[in-house]
Amino acid sequence: MTNEPTHSVGMRESALFDRNVIHEIQRKAREGIYDIRGFGAKRKVPHFDDLLLLGASVSRYPLEGYRERCNTAVTLGTRYAKNPIELDIPITIAGMSFGALSAQAKEALGRGATVVGTSTTTGDGGMTEEERGHSEKLVYQLLPSRYGMNPDDLRRADAIEVVIGQGAKPGGGGMLLGQKISDRVAEMRDLPKGIDQRSSCRHPDWTGPDDLEIKIGELREITDWRVPIYVKIAASRPYFDVALAVKSGADVVVLDGMEGGTAATQDVFIEHVGIPILSAIPEAVDALKDLGMHREVQLVVSGGIRTGADVAKALALGADAVSIGVAAMIALGDNAPEYQEEYEKLGSGAGFYDDWHEGRDPAGISTQDEELGKRFNAELGGRRLANYLRAMVLETQTLARACGKSDVRNLEPEDLVALTIEAAAMARVPLAGTKWIPGLDGKTE
Amino acid sequence: MGTTEQTAEVVDLSETSIRELNQRLHDAADGGPQAWRITHPGGLHAIAAGINAPLEIDIDGHVGYYCVGMNKEANVRIHGSAGVGLAENIMSGTVIVDGDASQSAAATGRGGLVVVRGNAAARCGISMKGVNIVVEGNVGHLSAFMAQKGALVVCGDAGEALGDSIYETHIYVRGSVAELGADCIEKDFKEFHTAELTGLLAEAGVDADPADFKRYGSARELYNFNIDNADAY
Repeated sequence: MTNEPTHSVGMRESALFDRNVIHEIQRKAREGIYDIRGFGAKRKVPHFDDLLLLGASVSRYPLEGYRERCNTAVTLGTRYAKNPIELDIPITIAGMSFGALSAQAKEALGRGATVVGTSTTTGDGGMTEEERGHSEKLVYQLLPSRYGMNPDDLRRADAIEVVIGQGAKPGGGGMLLGQKISDRVAEMRDLPKGIDQRSSCRHPDWTGPDDLEIKIGELREITDWRVPIYVKIAASRPYFDVALAVKSGADVVVLDGMEGGTAATQDVFIEHVGIPILSAIPEAVDALKDLGMHREVQLVVSGGIRTGADVAKALALGADAVSIGVAAMIALGDNAPEYQEEYEKLGSGAGFYDDWHEGRDPAGISTQDEELGKRFNAELGGRRLANYLRAMVLETQTLARACGKSDVRNLEPEDLVALTIEAAAMARVPLAGTKWIPGLDGKTE
Repeated sequence: MGTTEQTAEVVDLSETSIRELNQRLHDAADGGPQAWRITHPGGLHAIAAGINAPLEIDIDGHVGYYCVGMNKEANVRIHGSAGVGLAENIMSGTVIVDGDASQSAAATGRGGLVVVRGNAAARCGISMKGVNIVVEGNVGHLSAFMAQKGALVVCGDAGEALGDSIYETHIYVRGSVAELGADCIEKDFKEFHTAELTGLLAEAGVDADPADFKRYGSARELYNFNIDNADAY
């Protein structure tokens, strides 16, 4: 016996009220609350898949795949910091909190990132010994909640990231529901166990770019100007926000598109606020160029990065590096088919599971349950992440060499065309087979 | 609290940069002068930020944003008024301001004591996480917003939305409260609270009778989401 509705020829499903919409209306009517979930946007938006790279031929020489070097190293934070971050690869691990993730998962992120010479990032909830101990390069986030914030951790961080927004929820704060608040999480956040922990959407001690500049100055003073200071913004008005971040003294701007992941956010926020990263990068690069700061202030972009192709296209549009979150979790083992039966018990399935906020993750990643956490092997998870990162780097190099580049950051917009009019307009590259860039009124750049 | 000219290392901020001052204060954690007098602060920002040693510091004049930010162990007296974010995220030690403090005084502080002899503006003690704050005058709106731990003592009046979305911070107010924020209610004094308030007033050097204060804290109705409380959000 099943409640699955039958569907046969002649039964016409509404485009507006499809089965998912009807299901959600019925759920809201029953429960009286919006849907909260993890993961990132699930709707289809113009993305890097809508771009293609133009390989070299007569007009440009390609590089030999197995003999000619293609540099992937990038240095972040060269503007003011005494000790910029030297990364071996242009892919970093985005901020994910201990609390949202298990301590083992945080450790695995550090292990994997360190093996391939890149950085990982703390999250809302402070720095754990596991991630500091296993991350050779660790970025410490300063978030509105300031959970766990302390100057000792600031001083032992390799960079500081002032978080203003997150692509999954521009303008929104964080939340960690009570079921994930273990004794350790509660202690780190100075709150009672088991209660919902809301993180405010605004910083408590500054408002606006003038204040931010002074705040960044304070962070530099506390850390004796040693480490780079990043400013992370959600993609909504990237031209102005990037310009103001640069004006405020950022060494690095991290730009997170609407596809970016979250541990727990309202579905309506994830799907309906912010803009795709594809459309945000050109605006951000414009802002940097208008200020004469492109490549002086490095641009790290995130939001739905999955493959070396995504990396190559992001770099070609002008980014210096990318950041991954959801993809890193999947590499660790999230949504793994071996847990299919358990996902089904939770009303989901491998490949669909997004209830990261509930803390019942069968893979032991997005949980604080000790027993579930024990299922996750940090060493193995770290190895998987390193494998995944290496494969992505190889893909990126493959594409860069094909375009004749000896450095992945030499990729440029001229190496790209778009498959759709929308992507052409957003990325400001020609529609494939034409010289047409919609929105530029006939101009080619 | 306070030092003498004979023993203190004097730094004149009309001649020395903030960067040099703070570097010297940070280096003092490894030895060197323990008593300091900072002159001509001129409203500069981030004065004495990030100290990590039990220094005794006097600042002669008004200071700008984030003075004594993230302080650990130092005892600091500001002979003037303070700008935004005084002693933000203070971990330990004592900070006394003889004048007024601007917005977000002791924001997110996790320990130590902050005393404001005058008034504190809006958001005093916002997201406080264990610091104790004593304000001899009034506090502005949204003070102790989302306050988690520690105590806020207000000897004067409190503005609107006091203790909005408060967690476990104890608030004591002697004067009037313009309006309580969401989930903040008046609560009975228990023996612990009387002792806590008495101790904080004594530590801050404030001559006030604990019996004149009212106590406010969390109703704990918003600790876990309940759709029936949606109007409170």
